[in-house]
Amino acid sequence: MISAIIRWLDERLHLDDLIAPFRHKTVPVHRLTYWYFFGGITLFLFGVQVITGILLLLYYNAGANEAFESVQYIMTKVRFGWLIRSIHSWSANLMILTAFAHMFSVLFLKAYRKPRELTWVSGMLLLFLVMGFGFSGYLLPWNTLAFFATKVGTAMVGQIPVVGQPMMIFLRGGPQVTGATLIRFFGFHVAVLPGLVLVLISIHLFLVQRLGMSVPPKIEAEWVENPSARRDMKFFPNFLLREMMAWYVAIGVLGALAAIFPWNLGVKADPFGSAPAGIKPEWYFLFMFQTLKLIPSKVWLIDGEVLGVLGCGLAGLLWLLLPFFDSEQPSRPKRWITGLGIFALMYVTGMSIYGYLAK
Amino acid sequence: MATSLNKFRLSRAARTIGLAGYIVLGACLGYGQTTNSCLDCHSAMPDPLGVTQEKFSQDIHSQKGLTCTSCHGGDATSYDPTVSMGAKAGFKGKIDRKQVPQLCASCHSNPTYMKQYDPGLRTDQLDQYHTSMHGKRLASGDNKVAVCVDCHSVHDIRPPSDPRSTVNPVNIATTCSRCHSDAAYMKPYGIPTDQFANYKTSVHYQAMMVNGDLSAPTCTTCHGNHGAVPPGVDKVQNVCANCHVFQAQMYEKSSHKAAFDAAGLPGCVVCHSNHGIHLPSDAMLGTGPQGVCMRCHQPGDKCDQARVVIQSGLMQLDGAIKQADKGLSVAEASGMDVSEARLAQTQARDELIKARVTIHTYQEALVNQDVQAGLKIAAKDQQAGKDAMVERNQRRVGLGICFLAIGIMLAGLWLFIRKIES
Repeated sequence: MISAIIRWLDERLHLDDLIAPFRHKTVPVHRLTYWYFFGGITLFLFGVQVITGILLLLYYNAGANEAFESVQYIMTKVRFGWLIRSIHSWSANLMILTAFAHMFSVLFLKAYRKPRELTWVSGMLLLFLVMGFGFSGYLLPWNTLAFFATKVGTAMVGQIPVVGQPMMIFLRGGPQVTGATLIRFFGFHVAVLPGLVLVLISIHLFLVQRLGMSVPPKIEAEWVENPSARRDMKFFPNFLLREMMAWYVAIGVLGALAAIFPWNLGVKADPFGSAPAGIKPEWYFLFMFQTLKLIPSKVWLIDGEVLGVLGCGLAGLLWLLLPFFDSEQPSRPKRWITGLGIFALMYVTGMSIYGYLAK
Repeated sequence: MATSLNKFRLSRAARTIGLAGYIVLGACLGYGQTTNSCLDCHSAMPDPLGVTQEKFSQDIHSQKGLTCTSCHGGDATSYDPTVSMGAKAGFKGKIDRKQVPQLCASCHSNPTYMKQYDPGLRTDQLDQYHTSMHGKRLASGDNKVAVCVDCHSVHDIRPPSDPRSTVNPVNIATTCSRCHSDAAYMKPYGIPTDQFANYKTSVHYQAMMVNGDLSAPTCTTCHGNHGAVPPGVDKVQNVCANCHVFQAQMYEKSSHKAAFDAAGLPGCVVCHSNHGIHLPSDAMLGTGPQGVCMRCHQPGDKCDQARVVIQSGLMQLDGAIKQADKGLSVAEASGMDVSEARLAQTQARDELIKARVTIHTYQEALVNQDVQAGLKIAAKDQQAGKDAMVERNQRRVGLGICFLAIGIMLAGLWLFIRKIES
């Protein structure tokens, strides 16, 4: 029956031609192959976000007076609402985690080198957008923590010289975080960011498909020396089936987190209330938050916060352009980039832990 | 020789510059100040005649432009004592205690005059004072009683809104206690001196000094300020009713009202005491040391039986609310959202508070109505906690089934991969 349908479609749409590139695509098999899974897992979790996000949209009501109550309604009254919302929240966090893991694996396996510079750039832009998803989505339940985190986060944008204030007012929809900010963030979260992500994912996947999978320089050298050692795996179905196994594990992890630790809703935001003591952003912004906290209020004649925000922005820009600093000779990669990667990983991890533990 | 001459010139130059600086500084500091011979002399005198510029500048009267002569008469522009403190200049000297209220009232009881400073200021202080115990005793020749300056201080009088003022709500009890807690000073009057000590143990003091609630009662709230008198036995409930409206209304209609009036008992104070009012508890309805009913009632009488029913009802509701809270906390600790039941718990607590207020009707049936309403809500909330835990368990069972399904899928995929790769 199914084969009959496929045959019927193939006769008309020539599906075979469409999936032919996938049939020819291969994945190198070596001792670090498992790192290739992280991109696919991130993509899968993004799919989970899209599906659960659409389901949440059926009941979510954006507005300072309704948002919290609508999420509360989802969590308590809607059948499996708690599961959908908890999966959406946990999946968002896991997606950012796997995106970071994917980025660092690409960095350490030197997969960003020529000719894959644009794959790195599109991937980095996707990482920034995913963090944007996290920041905009965090406000949507309109609870106290989200309200004040958004207040602090948008105020940091306001520190950027010249364009900071107009940008902050654009983000907030006014000088203060209000219901207008919520509506705006909702718009970013469900329309602007998904649109941009869709375009970038298409470019990213196209580049991955076009350029094939990168092999780490050390293994590549081994294979050049001993060509018989080279092994490849068909992407379809062999690698995809293994990827699917990873997706099932991800579903299990998400289900366990949602069932055992349902995502807390907190207390409804009170714009006239005082900020709770020790307020912190989500974990993926903690390293930046802690860095800004540690910078003195004045460095020479420059305001510490301005310096911090500009420093973070500059670091992000340099990270985005990292492939262009490496050697174009595949056999002579620059070691300092690996050193910088190790430092960045240790810095992000260390500062995040410090930020989490700091009072 | 030349060196010592240079040194001499230098030191003379330094002295000249120093002197010039001193003159300029003095001129700057003195700029805008008018002569006040009173303060110039009295600031150098020891107490009780000493008044410094610093002290007087804190006084609201000084800040509004009044000077020493406004109260004491005399001429502050002259340094000649015969002129500045002469009869010709209308010098009054130290104001006799008996004259103090009248002197203050010469401005403070003049509405036209006081309006220029604050149209909302009261001007009936002297009339009030005449009705007070202090005022009556002063009129009868007792100079020990409080006059204006005893409470408001003198020469550094601050407005009551200033936290440093002796009549700011947080300081009033201490101000009153300066005389009323002095056993030796109060001995001739034969009144207790433990009011302040008792007040410090009270729920009102807690509210004022610990919780910072400036609307909480202090001495003047119940006794009045300028017209301070001990409330009459039959007026106590009127005083308490200013804040505890419902309790007073219920008491007025209750059987206790007539009984207390007949026995000459002072209403609210009979059960709650006066200065040392503690946070009421359900134990007040018991037979233990905190129990108050059995001070008058006999064990087993009709009222005692009602007391037992009322107390057990309140304790039952209190216990049910705590039990429901416990269940909801367990559910919350498991990540379950029970916010709706939490909100309902506040209603149950409201019913408990209402029931505790209804006690003042001393009618078992009315108290029971509130208790039953509270119990109904608490039972529902308790059930909500249990339901949340049942749902939590169901979720975990569902998770187990999912794990099983995922495990089967993983095994199937792995076998399929092995098959196609073999």
